[in-house]
This record gives sequence, structure tokens and C-alpha cells, in this order.
Amino acid sequence: MREIHPEHLDDMARGAGILGTGGGGDPYVGKLLAQHAIREHGPVTVVDIHEVPPDATVVAISGMGAPTVSLEKIPAGTEEVTALRALERFLGRQATHLVPIEVGGLNSMTPFIAAARTRLPVVDGDAMGRAFPEAQMVLPGLIGVTVAPMAVADDKGNTLVLETVSNLWSERLARTACVEMGCSVSCADTVMRGDQLADGLVPATLTLAEDLGRTVREARAAHGDPVAAAARLLGGVRLLTGKVADVQRRTSGGFARGQARLDGLGGDDGRSLELSFQNEHLLARRDGEIVATTPDLICVLDTDSGEPVTTEGLRYGLRVTVLGVPCDPRWLTPGGLELAGPRYFGYDTDHVSLNR
Amino acid sequence: MRIGIDVGGTNTDAVLLDGDTVLATVKSPTTPDVTGGVITAVNAVLDGSGAAPGAITAVMIGTTHFVNALVEGERLAPTAAVRLGLPATAALPPMTDWPARLRAALGHETGAAPTFLCHGGHEYDGREISPLDEDELRKAAAGIAARGIRSVAVSSVFSPVSADAELRAAEIFAAELGDAVHLSLSHEIGRVGLLPRENATIVNAALRDLAVTIVEAFGGALTTAGITAPLFLSQNDGTLMDVEHARRYPVATFASGPTNSMRGAAYLSGLTDCAVIDVGGTTADIGILTGGFPRQAAGEAELAGVRTNFRIPDVLSLGIGGGSLADLDPPSIGPRSVGYRLTEEALVFGGDTLTATDLAVAAGRADIGDAARVAHLDPDAVQAGLRHIAARLAETVDRMRTSAEPIPAVAVGGGSILVGSELPGFPDVRRPGHFAVANAIGAAIAQVGGEVDRVFQVPAGHRDAVLDAAKDEAVRAAEDAGARPGTVTITDIEEVPLAYLPGGATRIRINAVGDLDLQRLESAHA
Repeated sequence: MREIHPEHLDDMARGAGILGTGGGGDPYVGKLLAQHAIREHGPVTVVDIHEVPPDATVVAISGMGAPTVSLEKIPAGTEEVTALRALERFLGRQATHLVPIEVGGLNSMTPFIAAARTRLPVVDGDAMGRAFPEAQMVLPGLIGVTVAPMAVADDKGNTLVLETVSNLWSERLARTACVEMGCSVSCADTVMRGDQLADGLVPATLTLAEDLGRTVREARAAHGDPVAAAARLLGGVRLLTGKVADVQRRTSGGFARGQARLDGLGGDDGRSLELSFQNEHLLARRDGEIVATTPDLICVLDTDSGEPVTTEGLRYGLRVTVLGVPCDPRWLTPGGLELAGPRYFGYDTDHVSLNR
Repeated sequence: MRIGIDVGGTNTDAVLLDGDTVLATVKSPTTPDVTGGVITAVNAVLDGSGAAPGAITAVMIGTTHFVNALVEGERLAPTAAVRLGLPATAALPPMTDWPARLRAALGHETGAAPTFLCHGGHEYDGREISPLDEDELRKAAAGIAARGIRSVAVSSVFSPVSADAELRAAEIFAAELGDAVHLSLSHEIGRVGLLPRENATIVNAALRDLAVTIVEAFGGALTTAGITAPLFLSQNDGTLMDVEHARRYPVATFASGPTNSMRGAAYLSGLTDCAVIDVGGTTADIGILTGGFPRQAAGEAELAGVRTNFRIPDVLSLGIGGGSLADLDPPSIGPRSVGYRLTEEALVFGGDTLTATDLAVAAGRADIGDAARVAHLDPDAVQAGLRHIAARLAETVDRMRTSAEPIPAVAVGGGSILVGSELPGFPDVRRPGHFAVANAIGAAIAQVGGEVDRVFQVPAGHRDAVLDAAKDEAVRAAEDAGARPGTVTITDIEEVPLAYLPGGATRIRINAVGDLDLQRLESAHA
């Protein structure tokens, strides 16, 4: 158990950006929101998974919508708590702990906003170990925990609670409501008992994000190699160091799909890597051979600074290093791959293990 | 004939142009007062060319006065910040992410200047978040009047999509507070991204008293020199604004220095698409010209600790300049520099510090100071040092370009003697005549522009129609800014579909530029 103060969130947000694998939204505004809430209401307690009592009621808090919208329509700050209270009314009991749904990107910060206001502790873990675009792509689903009942709240105070027949329906209905509500809403869902957390969550990922952000910051300050430091911490494989030579984007099915070609530099001179991305980086082909696929993490980092490069920020000339980082092993089970493997995203390939 | 002036931190540069011909150039020290350096520079180019003051048809000035005021936290007016967006946005009030020093400079640490969160604003698709509450705004106006505040910044959620709320709020404030109060509206300043746009708007409002003073002083300086021609100021994107516009949008001058250097490089080299390396005493600023204009930065720019997102050129600074300290074993140049003390400390000027300029002189690239003082340097080591400079410049230029197509590189600025004819990966390297005053040349280029930048709904199959409408809007904006109809062309188009947002929502940015219609402006002023 430890207390999180505003200054801790700087490193955590930096690390969460890297774990966002090119998506998940820029954590900057989320961090400002969480820091502002903590300054107003006091520090937030973070607890390890094994510190949570077996009968605890743990609720995932997240934002849904377009990160670009939330950079313009800053939240009211009440959305998370409004969603949580609506869910509690439906459940007939109160939440005892909050947890992030995804450690990657903006949603790593979201539970801290609700936790500061409610004084509830946040569990050190998350339901993905990275960022994914859709609500059903969560590990608790593999042990029978449903996303619904799912409460959704907007900035105006509108709420709805969804009861659905599947997690995919929760995603569809919530996404439709989200668009109507202005493309930036907060969700409270994926209710777990304390004794389900070990099986349902990726443990200690908030600490991982903070360690990652600190490691990159310190390596940069010491004029070291922040990318190598990040790779060591994450147990990642360096797939290529090079420069972005070509970027193509097109929109289909409501999602931006794209490809980028990276030409190797230095020790990778003469090699090339093709990156396929949608909201996140999903597939990497080196010299024609697939070397990494979702659900493993494909992290694209600025070679000099170690800052994450988002799918929207990819452009010609950037010097980047691509890391493949092993996902939580539960994603590689048949159920996990069905939810978030390459075929779900429309790529005609099975998952390919990272070559260590 | 027209005069271009660039007021920098160290030097005020001026040029006199007759059509495309450079008649006179001058570099003189910038003076602490607004006008002294300008009067000196104007008189020098008039004397140098023998031109009569009455023959001047326009004067263009690029100035760092406004950005310096922000950096120094001085000469800023107490400013009220009004945001329209409740119930959204309450989680982060205006100026939350500002440094305390600047909050204080604008009266926000003592309560001298207030912040208001009000209802209003729009969703991403133009629907209202909540109706504007006119009584709430009148109360805010009363609070502003009670504190004697004369500068007000108004920002509304998604005003780049719909400016209705900001415009109505401005009407109410104008009616309640009178004409003497400055109003800055965020949709006229920045792009999507509330906090950085709002920040830029607040900075603009805080500078508007100073803008009135500076514009008057420049006008006075020209009158003293006997010039009655209209005055224009350079904007961040390389286009011009008239003095009326400059009084209202001083923030639009912030990045005009690097922009003018790049535009001048284009003009002097005759190229419209190239990389520009502007080498000063301490840094080399590297940017890309597309269609004669600097490519703009996509993201946010931090100035004096404030995140903003108004239009500025995408420039990478490298710590290599004429005054950079040089080591030869192994080759290492900068980022430390002797700066303006170059003429005392460099070897060729009798000092005892080895600088990048000494290497250029030793290699015979420039005739500055006393070459005998660097004759002892090992020629191979000098060449290795210059190759090191070329390699680092080339890598930075390569990082900036947007495709693998070969592009020429143009070197300008006083320190561009460091750039030889060899830049690895760039077969075509040029250093045009008058390279040292490229910034003043850039100021004198008479073009004006218009921009569209917002989120459009693009239904399937309607992309071309949406783009055409956006292009028309950009062309009209350029004509409204003073471009002669028929001369306006589209210079840049960027489309980025928004992530995690179904339904074809796409951010489209289009820039249009045309020639300044001097006759129309003259007849309007007459």
C-alpha cells in the first residue's frame, strides 16, 4: 500500500504512454485532471492485488471516446463518480476499490480522478496490460466476468446502465451512446470480487508504468539510452532501429487503418520493417517476415528521447526504435487470441511469438 | 519600392527592394527602445540606395517584441479569462497549467484578474453543450469592470467547429464593457485543443495594450523618417497583417523571426520547395519550405512554460552556430557558444577560444578577422571538424523532410559560412547572395494568407465535396485578409481521421496564400 501524490503521476503517465502501443490517447490531459483532483481532495492510496480482501467489490473506471475530443471538451470532472454511483445503485452495494481497465494511455489516469473524489483505493493492476480499442478486449472476460452491468455517464449528468447478453453488445451499445453523448464519456463496469483479481487482472502494472516512466526520464537526464533502458525493464525485443520512410493512412469501417515503412539505420542498415496500425500498432513485418503481432505489445519509441510515437504522430523522417514486448500469457490462450489476436483486427495471420 | 525590417534580439536588419531587386541592406544593433534601431535601419537603407522616402510604397516589420514580453513576463496587461463550456471543462479551470510567475504577471495569483467558467460551448459535431447564459455573462462583465480589467480572453469548447458562442459572448461584453476593453476570441487564434488554444488567447489578450503601443511607435518611427506608406507586420506563417490586425493579434508575430529567414531564403534562392538552414551565432534553425512557405508544426509549442497551439513553423534547432566552441580531437562542436562575444573571443579576432567560425576561416570558406591566427591549425583536423558539422546538419535536415525525394538545401544567416557545398545526402546546397539579411528579405515579401483548420464530418463518398468547400473557405479567408482575388492558391492540405471515432470525422487543415493587394488597401486607407 502506498500513497500517490501529483508528482508520481508524471512518471506514470510517461510510462503509460509507452504501454499504449501507439494508441490509448495522450495521457497529458488525463494526468492534469488527476493531479488537479488529488491537489483538491488529497492523495490516492494504491494497493497491491493481494492486499484486497476476497469479498471486496472492485469496479473498473475508464473513459470511452475519441482522445482528440477530450483534449477539446475537457471533462467536468464529475463523470467518473456519476457513472460509479449509477452502477452502485444498480448493484445495491458500494464499490470498495477502483481499478484501471487499461494501463496504456489516458485510461491509466482516469481511476485516480474518481479515487481522489471518493477516497477509494486504486488496485495496482489493469485488465489488459496495454491498450486495446474495444470494451470486450479484457482479461476478466476469460474467467467469466462480464463488462455489464456497465454504467456510462457524460459531462451533463446523463447516465445509463447497460445489461447485455455479451461483452460485444456492451461495446456496441456503449459506443453508440458515447457518440450521441458527445464522444467523451466515463464508464464504470467489469465488477469483480477481490478473490477474482489474481486471475482477472495483470498485476502491478501501475507500478510498472511509473518505473518505466522514471527509467526513461533518468536515462535521458544521464544522456544514456532511454530506449535500451525501457527495453530492459519491459523484457522487450528490439525489432528495428531506423527512420520512418513512408506512411499511408486510409479510413475504413469507421477506424483509421495505416501502414508505415521503416528503413533501418546503423546496425540495422539495409533492413526494413513494415508496421501495420489501426488505433494501436498491431503488426510488424521485418524484411517480409512477421516478427510481432497483437496481442504482444509493439511499442514505437523516439530513438533519442524514448518518448512514445503514436499512430497519429507517425511521420516521415522520425528516428524510431520498435520494441516487441511480450503480452500477458493469458492473451495467448485461444480465448484471448479470439478477442485480440491479429485475425480479429482483419490481418490474415496467426499470432507469431516474439523471437527473443 | 518597399522596405523589409527584422527586429531581432541582437540585430535589426533592413533591406530596400525595388520589385525583385535588392537595392540596399543594413545590419544595425537592436536598441532597448522600440524605435531607435528601426529609424537607424530605415535611414541607412534610404541613404544607401539614394531612394526618396516618398518612393516607398510599403514597409514590413518582423519583430520579437511580443514574444520577448511573454518570456520576460513584463509589459503584460492584467487579463480576465472567460471560458464557455459548463458543465463540461470544470475539472481544469483556465491557466491551470501555467507557471506561477506568468499567472502573477497577468494578475492571477492575487485575484487582481478573474477567471470565469460559464455555460455554452459546442460538441465536436456542432451541437450545443448547453445554451449560453446571458445573465451569467453580464455578471462576469460586472466582475471584470469592478476590477478595472481592460483585456478579456474568451474561449469556448469546439469554437473551431462553431464560433457562435464566442461571438455572442463578445457582443455581450462589448455592450457591457464598452469599446475600450480588448476582447480576444479563441477561434481567431488557435486550433482544436482547448487548453493550448485558450492559453494562446489569454497571452494575446495580455499583449494587446503593448500591441497598441508598439504599432504606434513603429508608425511614429516611419513618420520621423518621412515615410507615409502603409505598415505591415510579419506573422508566424510568413504572411502579412496590417496594423489594425496587428493591434488585435499580437500573438501572431511570435515565430515571425525563423519564418522570415526561411521565406527570405526561398526568395533569394528562387526555390519554393527546399530545406532551409539558418545559422546564427549559437544555433542552426532548420525548417522545410513547401510552396514558398514554412511547414507548420503539427503539435503544441511551449513558450515560456505555456503550452500553446497557434500557427508556428516546424523548426528544429541544433546547437551549432558561428560562435560554437570547437574541439578538434575528437571533433566536437557546440552547443556552448561565445554568442555575441564572437568578435572578442574567437581566434581570428585575437581571442583565445577556438570557435566554429575559426574552422571556416582556416578552411578558406570565409574571410573574417585575421586568417593568420588560425594558420597553425592542422588542416586535416579542421576538415574533420567541418565534416562533423556537415554530418550533424545533414542528419537534422533529413529528419525534417517529409519524403525521400531529393530536395535542395539553402543556407542563410550570418553563421552560414560554416556550411560548405558538401552536405551528406544533399547534392544541391546553396548559399545565395544577401544570405546574412535573409530575415529582412523575408519580411519584405508581400503575401497574405487564409487558413481553415477544424473537424469535418466526411460522409462516405463525399470527401471531394467536403474538401472543395474547405478550400473555397480558405481562399475567401485569404481574400478577406487582403489578397488580390485571382492570385490565391492552396499551399497545403492535411487530412487526419480522428482515432477511436466512427463516422468519418476528419480534421482538415488547408492553407491558401495570395499576393497582397496594395492598391485595394491604399484606396481603403485613403
